[in-house]
Amino acid sequence: MFGRFTDPTAEAFSALQHEPIVLYTVLTVVALGVLLLAVITFFGWWGSLWRNWITTVDHKRIGIMYVVLALVMLVRGFADALMMRVHQAMALGSESAGYLPPDHYDQIFTAHGVIMIFFMATPLLFGLFNYILPLQIGARDVAFPFLNNLGFWITFAGALLINISLGIGNFGRVGWLAYPPLSELSGSPDTGVDYYLWSLQLSGVATTISAVNFVATIIKMRAPGMAMMKLPVFCWTALVANVLILMIYPVLTIALALLIGDRYLGMHFFTNDGGGNPMVWINYVWIFGHPEVYVLILPAFGILSEVVPTFSSKRLFGYTSMIWAILVILILSFLVWAHHFFTMGGGVAVNTFFSIATMIIAVPTGVKIFNWLFTMYKGRIRLEPPMLWCMGMIFTFVGGGLTGVMLSITPADWQFHNSLFLVAHFHHTIIGGVVFAYLAGLIYWFPKAFGIKLNRTLGIASFWCWFIGFYFAFFPLYILGLMGATRRLQHYIEPSWQPYFIVAMIGAFIIALGILFTVLQFLLVIWYGIKHKGKFPVRENDPWGDTRTLEWSVSSPPPPYNFAVIPHVTTLDAYWHMKTKNVPRKTSGFSSIHMPSNTSAGFWAGILSLILGFALVWHIWWLVAFSFVGVVAVIIVHSFIGDHRGYYFSEALVQETENAFTAYLEAKGR
Amino acid sequence: MKSLKRVLGISCVLVLALLLSGCDIAILNPAGLVAKAQRNLIVVSLILMLCIVIPVMVAVIFFAVKYHASKGNTEYLPNWAASHKIEFFMWGIPICVVSVLAVLSAYFTYKYEPSKPLNYAVAAEGKPLRIDAIALEWKWLFIYPEYGIATINEIYVPTGRQVALQLTAQDTINAFWVPKLGTVLYAMPQMNAKLHLLSEEDGQFLGVSANYSGEGFADMHFAWYSVSNDAFDHWVSRVYKSQNQLDRHTYLELMKRSKRDPVAYFSGIDKDLYYRVVNRCVAEGSKCNEELMRFAAARSLWGKLCSIFDTGEAEDY
Repeated sequence: MFGRFTDPTAEAFSALQHEPIVLYTVLTVVALGVLLLAVITFFGWWGSLWRNWITTVDHKRIGIMYVVLALVMLVRGFADALMMRVHQAMALGSESAGYLPPDHYDQIFTAHGVIMIFFMATPLLFGLFNYILPLQIGARDVAFPFLNNLGFWITFAGALLINISLGIGNFGRVGWLAYPPLSELSGSPDTGVDYYLWSLQLSGVATTISAVNFVATIIKMRAPGMAMMKLPVFCWTALVANVLILMIYPVLTIALALLIGDRYLGMHFFTNDGGGNPMVWINYVWIFGHPEVYVLILPAFGILSEVVPTFSSKRLFGYTSMIWAILVILILSFLVWAHHFFTMGGGVAVNTFFSIATMIIAVPTGVKIFNWLFTMYKGRIRLEPPMLWCMGMIFTFVGGGLTGVMLSITPADWQFHNSLFLVAHFHHTIIGGVVFAYLAGLIYWFPKAFGIKLNRTLGIASFWCWFIGFYFAFFPLYILGLMGATRRLQHYIEPSWQPYFIVAMIGAFIIALGILFTVLQFLLVIWYGIKHKGKFPVRENDPWGDTRTLEWSVSSPPPPYNFAVIPHVTTLDAYWHMKTKNVPRKTSGFSSIHMPSNTSAGFWAGILSLILGFALVWHIWWLVAFSFVGVVAVIIVHSFIGDHRGYYFSEALVQETENAFTAYLEAKGR
Repeated sequence: MKSLKRVLGISCVLVLALLLSGCDIAILNPAGLVAKAQRNLIVVSLILMLCIVIPVMVAVIFFAVKYHASKGNTEYLPNWAASHKIEFFMWGIPICVVSVLAVLSAYFTYKYEPSKPLNYAVAAEGKPLRIDAIALEWKWLFIYPEYGIATINEIYVPTGRQVALQLTAQDTINAFWVPKLGTVLYAMPQMNAKLHLLSEEDGQFLGVSANYSGEGFADMHFAWYSVSNDAFDHWVSRVYKSQNQLDRHTYLELMKRSKRDPVAYFSGIDKDLYYRVVNRCVAEGSKCNEELMRFAAARSLWGKLCSIFDTGEAEDY
């Protein structure tokens, strides 16, 4: 009836009973959740929440929900990071040093990696794609609005499932890529790896269907005249990233399915006995894992290619070079996976091939850096927060690239492999590259979504905390790596390592300050929203000035239909062209606009898949059957009897909406 | 801005002080032949790349200052976006640097391929010292097949004599790493990985596992002693005095999970134990992988066409 809950070895509630840290965290989270629900009930927001957010198929609202999910997960993942840094600063000596026992510490580094990649970076990416992509290509929505909603709710289910493991059962103690045989039943008999497997399966399904959606949107829904070589660079990177997702996520899904077969059905794909081979998993998972980092970094390059020209008031240098560089990376990213295990004894030929292929990626990446530099050259640079983040990204990312090339040299990698040097390297590129750029994008496009900018002073303070904190947190790790410290150490015996761990901890706290300032920025916006009773008034369409792409041609926030009239594109940087040519904005004579209807099917499918995942983790088979049939039924019901006619946004309503914006512009004297 | 500069200044000093205080940066102060070559490669590649990276870092700041909007820049070129000359160099320079690094990487990958004996005049003098290492949960078992001895978590070798290690693991994947001597290599279950190292200085070096292997992973460190020939012989005779025997039965005991195992010595070794560990047939009555594979290969067309098993192949054990 209750599956593994009745099995004492699964330790369903042992963490809550024996680990005060876990208990208080869970209590706090539950209290906050209850408080949030109480507030929503008290103010009577349920109806509006259901109509405007939960069932919405509007890409802009789904985008905002993705970003909110990502920021919450950022806080969760960062809390893990902080705990590890504090622990390692204390963990000189034996297992009892520090405050985390191995059992707990090992869960934390696993959760940190999984959450940051799959439930922080990916949702943040999809949030930005969702909000910006259709606006940039002059479309009214994505190609499949329902899939978009479904994708969000399944991602949400995956994120919730991984967080449930905090209180009920435990999480994997296997590292973020869960190498077998440690992740097999022989190494991890309890629920941890099952939580890992099913939450990633959910995330994988959601990511794949969202990628289908974005690829279709970019290919089919560009405004008339927008040829591929007139596509903004951010859209190009989005296209390539989503094509990559379509190519790699099936590999992950299958690898996970095989491991699920081992754990649930007694198969022997990656076990030591019965003819299994753990090394095969390592190949599969890196065939997924390496291109995955390009999925994350390419859109970061896209964001820089939008932000740097805006704040340099200049065209992007070398657009064609940029696009070719992106495409070269698309191809090469599939030819480098084995550089993650030069130490497997692959032999001279294999190691040399993957070493050189990896180095070659530095060429197109370097080209991009030069593109941004020459975009700044002879421009008029304004150091607004998004530009600061971009400059911080260029400055930091070249360093991360440098250590990356050092790691790609096979014999050098034989000294760096799995050391803290490696940890420092990938944080160098992921924080210095991905996070800095995504935050640049978030701040840059924020006024588009809400009509107001995030507080500038707090933004600059946040940047400097992140920037300085990063160097403090990760340069000691480079040195520790050179001293012979490996990753994932619950404790260490070399006293000379400790000072470096302490400096790294200080760095982590400086970053925490940066996150605090970011949170304050958002609290200010929430306050602004409350003052305006949840309706953000229409404001300036082009708040940064000198923007170049179509999303800035519509009001901020944009109307539900995005474009009253679909623009005709003749050049790259379409909006810049419209501004310089003084193309007048159409203010009357609109026609009605067809809009997709809301649907609750995505939400129910998400909730049911959460139940499905949970039941699978705990072996509650009747619930598995029930929820699986439920998910399939919801999709079938939606497909055949759902409301697919949509509705029309009438001429009068379009006119009224556009009039409000016209009035705002006229009041501004334009 | 001023306070910011101060913060940056202080942090630079701090980082430098830390760098200098740690004289014992293992990879930069190697004690072995392989590690020295790797150190040189690391330093050369770092300097080569800094030649590009530092100018880029400087340029970001320099451009931001020089072309700041408040300067009323008169050279403002809003529509300038292409230059064949610049694009030639921005593709060309990285290609040149990467070409040099690629050649270096290929050459050293070939030269220091871990499975090949080191091509070194001194190393060639004597036969390499064979050590078979087995990663257990969570301890290292080192077998000296030529001497018929074994240890837990301790290696003694004569300085200047090449060591030919064979690595495998009982269950989870580990990696054998002595940072002072160079080259980390996975110790994988069902696999026999070969690693050649040579220490050129006497000393005690920290050895670790460089692949996470579960709860006791942090305790999977061992001590590597490079000593004179006499001291090595003395140590061997000390190990011989141990009463402990290592046969299939005691190995099964040893396999059980344990943490923080003290150094232990064994003087009588089951000759084919390492072979049995790699082939997962230590337990009585279990069939060895190699035998199973040969059996499977013989029963299929695929096996007939491409079997790697040659009946005439000499056993390496």
